[in-house]
Amino acid sequence: MSSGSIASLMFALWPRAKTLSSPAYPRLRAIALRVAQSIPVVIGVVLISFLLTRALPGDPAAYFAGAAADEASIAEVRTALGLDKPLIQQFFIYVGDLLEGDLGRSLSSGQAVAQDLAKRLPASLELTLTALILSCAIAIPLGILAATRPGSWVDHLCRVVVTAGVSLPTFFTGIVLIYVFYYLLGIAPAPLGRLDFIYLDPDHVTGFYLIDAALMGDWETWSGAAKQLVMPAITLALFTLAPIARMTRASMLTALSSDFIRTARAAGLSNGKVLYGYAFRNALLPVVTTLGMVFSFALGANVLVEKVFAWPGIGSYAVEALVVSDYAAVQGFVLAMALLFVVLNLVIDLLYTAIDPRIGFSSK
Amino acid sequence: MTDMPLKQSRKTSGGVDHLIYVLRANPVTLIAFGMFALIVLSAIFGPALVPYDPLETNASNALQAPSWDHWFGTDNVGRDVFSRVIVATRLDLSMSLAAVALSFVVGSVLGSIAGYWGGWLDIVLNRILDTIMAFPLFVLAMGIVAALGNTIENIIYATAVINVPFYARLVRAEVNIRREAGFAQAAKLSGNSDIRVLAMHIFPNALPPMMVQVSLNLGWAILNAAGLSFIGLGVRPPTAEWGIMVAEGANFIVSGEWWMAVFPGLWLMIAVFTFNLLGDGLRDIVDPRKRT
Repeated sequence: MSSGSIASLMFALWPRAKTLSSPAYPRLRAIALRVAQSIPVVIGVVLISFLLTRALPGDPAAYFAGAAADEASIAEVRTALGLDKPLIQQFFIYVGDLLEGDLGRSLSSGQAVAQDLAKRLPASLELTLTALILSCAIAIPLGILAATRPGSWVDHLCRVVVTAGVSLPTFFTGIVLIYVFYYLLGIAPAPLGRLDFIYLDPDHVTGFYLIDAALMGDWETWSGAAKQLVMPAITLALFTLAPIARMTRASMLTALSSDFIRTARAAGLSNGKVLYGYAFRNALLPVVTTLGMVFSFALGANVLVEKVFAWPGIGSYAVEALVVSDYAAVQGFVLAMALLFVVLNLVIDLLYTAIDPRIGFSSK
Repeated sequence: MTDMPLKQSRKTSGGVDHLIYVLRANPVTLIAFGMFALIVLSAIFGPALVPYDPLETNASNALQAPSWDHWFGTDNVGRDVFSRVIVATRLDLSMSLAAVALSFVVGSVLGSIAGYWGGWLDIVLNRILDTIMAFPLFVLAMGIVAALGNTIENIIYATAVINVPFYARLVRAEVNIRREAGFAQAAKLSGNSDIRVLAMHIFPNALPPMMVQVSLNLGWAILNAAGLSFIGLGVRPPTAEWGIMVAEGANFIVSGEWWMAVFPGLWLMIAVFTFNLLGDGLRDIVDPRKRT
């Protein structure tokens, strides 16, 4: 705190110091500090997932030994799984396995869980990221327009979207979209995965079909993949639209009513400059904060959307695993999602320092 | 639950006058209260009033489109969708009410302790809450239900766990700012114990914002519980529940039998919408400044 405030004081007193190397150093320090802050969170996440794996209903050893096992073979499995050791020791064995990237073996696919998840993760990421880009592209302009024209039809539209959007069950919107655009209008492809079977999967480079197909120059496959992506992405985007629009509108209103905007207007700056150069840049911070929460919702809603559209991502993998009580797969999925979310939050916080130079100096 | 708005008005300065003023200025809130009453009534009396037995199958009458006999049509084994949707209200509402009540109580106790005594208790609690919030919440709920076992009670526990951080943080903040307040110190000086001061003097101040949180949370809890049963957790067929009914209906949507999935989904949406409107309305009554 103290070094941060001194640095910001210096920054205020000697604006030209910006060109020297000094501002780069505290910012780097702030980034390192923020990265270090996520370590206890990761430990907590690993601890909770460990407890979840050990809280299986009944005796895990009996479960993994199979239905036909007798006392002796259950005891054997218990020793093999290390379940006879004290809980603390089990935890360290679990952490050791995790560090080697071992999440256990899936009963249904027979593959290592980590391998299964890695194979399916790009599908989920492609869907989630497309949806978030789409919803930001709609929600942020909507929020800005609503804030600059309070009481107009845009404002009312924004209010309706915001209230209705948070009430929509994702799985329900997905089904309604399928009914309208696939069954009634026939303009959407069948909701069966990432690519129609008439196309071949593009070569695996990133695992994102849109990027891979574009890299190959195979535009027919690209448009096939894009068509499959549109409806699930819209479903997910509708769900994430509301919090972003709401926060954009609210923070834009706050920014527009503040003194520096009045000063900027009084100084005769153009409307666009005031709106986008000053108000929007300041309003962006709370919006980026909300993005963290939105990510949490989107990753959860992703599971439902993937089930509705038979999207072969990690969400539908977890749902399939749940149905057959494949616990290692489910717990691996929960852990993977949590770690992904921790990383996303880290990225968002680092994005802060890029948007607002003041943040980098406070050691919060 | 039904006397919530009254309790609210007593706590606010201006009382009933203010309530009437807000309701008149914002008819949407009035509509929300009406819809809420309707939902509660159908949860209480619905099972006694529906025209058909929600579990009675009738193969000769399967997959009928909505008609005068069957307002919402019939499903693939000939059950009346309208009866099932109405009967499901009780289960969905009680699941979310139970979950929200649990997280309200647990969150209040934890938040009060952390906010009043502070110190290492506060630090430990914050670490735990941070860890819960580090999970995508729906995914954590999935993991908890998978680990504890696939029952309705566990859906309630899972939904409660993922809601606790919101209540605990709210109460902690409200208690913390009043810990050294004059009225708290006066109560302490006149010989009340710490627990009594905390429970009778400080905690009641946190109730108005908590009520807003409860209302906003109820909608979210219903969505969450229905989402979990949509992916096959907790509620088992043939039980009538909105999430599982949408899941069953989803198989028929591509062949055009829309009513099986659309009506339960619509009801779910209306319920969530009502709670969200109610929450916004309550916030206007409790704290007009926070209106967005």
